[in-house]
Amino acid sequence: MNNIAPKLTPGQYEKNFAEIHTPFSPNQATMEANRCLYCYDAPCTKACPTHIDIPTFIKKIATENIKGSAKTILESNWIALTCAKACPVDVLCEGACVFNERGEKPIKIGRLQRYAIDWYFGHGMPTLFKPEKSNGKTVGVVGAGPAGLACAAELALMGYDVTVYEGKKAAGGLDTWGIAPYKMSYKDSLNEVKLVESFGVKIKTGMLVGKQISIAELEKNHDAVFLGVGLGDASDLRIPGENLDGVCDALEFIGRVTTREWRSVDVGKRVAVIGGGNTAIDAVTEAKRLGAEEVMIIYRRSRAEMPAYDFEYELARNDGITFHFLTAPKRIIGANGIVEKLECLKMKLGPPDAEGRRIPEPIPGSEFQIPADMVIKSIGQKTSDDFFSQIPNLKVQHGKVWVNEETMQTSNPRYFAGGDCVNGGKEVVNAAADGKRTAHGINKFISNK
Amino acid sequence: MVDLSINFAGIRSPNPFWLASAPPTNSAYQVNKAFEHGWGGAVWKTLSEPIMNVFNRYGAIDYNGQKILGLNNIELTTDRPLEVNLREITDIKKRWPDRAVIVSLMAESRRESWHDMVKRTIDTGCDGIELNYGCPHGMSERGMGAAVGQVPEYCSMITEWVSEVSSVPVLVKLTPNIADIRLPARAARKGGAHGLSLINTVNSIMGVDIDTLEVQPSVDGKGSHGGLAGPAIKPMALYAISHVAVDPEVNLPISGVGGITTWRDAAEFILLGATSLQVCTAVMHYGFRIVNDLVDGLTNWMEEKKFRTIEDFKGKSLSAITDFGNLNLLCKTVARIDEAKCIHCNLCHIACDDAAHQCIDMIPLNGKSQPRVRLEDCVGCALCFLVCPVDHCITMVRRDEGKEAMTWNNLIKQLPQPLTWESLRAFQLKHGIDIH
Repeated sequence: MNNIAPKLTPGQYEKNFAEIHTPFSPNQATMEANRCLYCYDAPCTKACPTHIDIPTFIKKIATENIKGSAKTILESNWIALTCAKACPVDVLCEGACVFNERGEKPIKIGRLQRYAIDWYFGHGMPTLFKPEKSNGKTVGVVGAGPAGLACAAELALMGYDVTVYEGKKAAGGLDTWGIAPYKMSYKDSLNEVKLVESFGVKIKTGMLVGKQISIAELEKNHDAVFLGVGLGDASDLRIPGENLDGVCDALEFIGRVTTREWRSVDVGKRVAVIGGGNTAIDAVTEAKRLGAEEVMIIYRRSRAEMPAYDFEYELARNDGITFHFLTAPKRIIGANGIVEKLECLKMKLGPPDAEGRRIPEPIPGSEFQIPADMVIKSIGQKTSDDFFSQIPNLKVQHGKVWVNEETMQTSNPRYFAGGDCVNGGKEVVNAAADGKRTAHGINKFISNK
Repeated sequence: MVDLSINFAGIRSPNPFWLASAPPTNSAYQVNKAFEHGWGGAVWKTLSEPIMNVFNRYGAIDYNGQKILGLNNIELTTDRPLEVNLREITDIKKRWPDRAVIVSLMAESRRESWHDMVKRTIDTGCDGIELNYGCPHGMSERGMGAAVGQVPEYCSMITEWVSEVSSVPVLVKLTPNIADIRLPARAARKGGAHGLSLINTVNSIMGVDIDTLEVQPSVDGKGSHGGLAGPAIKPMALYAISHVAVDPEVNLPISGVGGITTWRDAAEFILLGATSLQVCTAVMHYGFRIVNDLVDGLTNWMEEKKFRTIEDFKGKSLSAITDFGNLNLLCKTVARIDEAKCIHCNLCHIACDDAAHQCIDMIPLNGKSQPRVRLEDCVGCALCFLVCPVDHCITMVRRDEGKEAMTWNNLIKQLPQPLTWESLRAFQLKHGIDIH
């Protein structure tokens, strides 16, 4: 890479990556909890994909029954700490809070949930749940992301012998490797892994299914298998210059930042991130906070079509990120195999596509070049078709595993699936909900065998 | 132009707001500061026999994050020598001739003790004295305070002793820790009292520390019952005042005490018969400065209501109090929910369903639950109205035309005796009331 941005001091890194939402003090938590109206059949609970009984857990914070509060939360969601910190609460629970209808600030549900779960981990995970006696059945879980962990925890408590197979060196999936450090630390995710392990779940890391262990072995070892493999590598831009030194994949870049070894992550002085999703926002803000001088987003549609949440967009704006809307990359230009420039095309919005989003069309002759030392690809992830093709009779549609939505059973009865590999990429909380729901589908399947 | 000044049994003050005899009136420093803030009067902290206080002496009850809904104390009468207090009172009265300076007294139940105490007090130039027959803790065990207020004969006897030597108006402060507060009130009148102050604090244990298992406030591991004050006791005070105010055998001006925190409280106390108002807990919580809004708020409200003086509205709501038997059984109300204002917290539904008459349904509407009242089943109890967190979202609407009225007292005269459920039911159905 040309022009590597100068490294910052340790203090600057800590400041740049400090948590945006600080934890509540006990006094703040009690005050905020007391503000809750304790709604009945509450809209916040309905808005949460895991349907946490939010008024009850908040009431328990108000009465200083924090242990009880943590239990109420965890009963519905095994990934409660990550969700508390990384959920888009504005569009979920807090967005549904009745205070919005009264023109007042919603209850800070995410921060209250974090308060209870921080307490729980901070107090050495007191025993709240005891697994049932072993039922002699075993389930293999592929992927230790939120869906897999939630499924494993729920099954273990029902008495199943559960083994999770994870290709990476640490469990947690994107909760560990893909969340911006100013939202949460990977250590939070590892705490959740520990909680799941405390139920007797065996997690085998560095064990990629299809490589270190075959599908046949998996089937031989387990009564049922849960696929929580998420999505694949970053999609290619399919433009010339993609293999130049200085071009990288957003998730890979974010994964390196997540380790908190800030100094070891090289970043160019001028960084261009291609894409307009929440991952693209993470990539630009992290690049900026690592010391990049000029960071920009290249997005082929306009602000209105950009999939990133409003609060993510605002975060990037406040970090001084430049947005090139209606701009598509045409080729990456390098010298001596190293990125130097990005050539782009101006776009205009044409008629809407099947989903109602207007299709961008290139404006002929509008090419222009932007100097860049680093180009980060963030236009989505590939699907794992190669992996799925190893499983007999597994129905896959547009890269997504087909499931019965109630039981999460796939077209191959011994296989169940949930999370991003089924929904195409949603929030952690959706994966957590899927995993838990699937556990009950698996239980039903094995019990009826 | 509103005039807040009052004449309470000959005691004049520029506004009706007096500090109650309590920690805020313990010294010249405090009373002087209070008068600088605009308080109309002060009842000096009770002068009495030698005492010694314990260190930890207050306990509070908080509610849903709000501090001091109620404050209890086990503090005794003044713990400074009599001479010091008398000198300071003399000084204060000289400096503040237009303010009401009243001195609270408590003495051993001997005529000579009272005579001596009253004479020395009057020499300060004070405007009145208030006999403390109310303190429920510490002094009562020594035969003073509430021990007097709970025995009407003692009330009249001691009041008589005081009247024999007092040249200034005598107020008697009553304890609510008694079945019928009118009895000591009548006794005080009989003994020659010129006015009454009520209520004193309510017997209370503030709570138990569930870590140490000690009661609160705890003094070296032990607690003692104390006197509860503050917003929590306001309804009890309003009841006691209104009860005494309408008693023809009492007929004395009343200084209202008990949980007065805002000018709104003050207005309510006056509407139920108080002439002056005594405040303590609110000052203990926020300081003397609260008198600004007490005076300002009451003035604005009086202007709006076109009341020129306190006398213009004193006791004006007393006529609205009656016995249950005189209430109109045919005044039908039902709850109406303004769906445009509803925020869908559904508290009305769950309150009605679990604790009232199961007449608020949850109707699915635009992905939400819309509470809706089944009017034919609503008994108009107003529980939903009380729990609704949105102003004017639930209103209680009158459904009868106001032409018919029937009280219980009149009804039992009409129905055959002995009364049966059947005859009552027939009456109800005739008037479209279907209790089920």
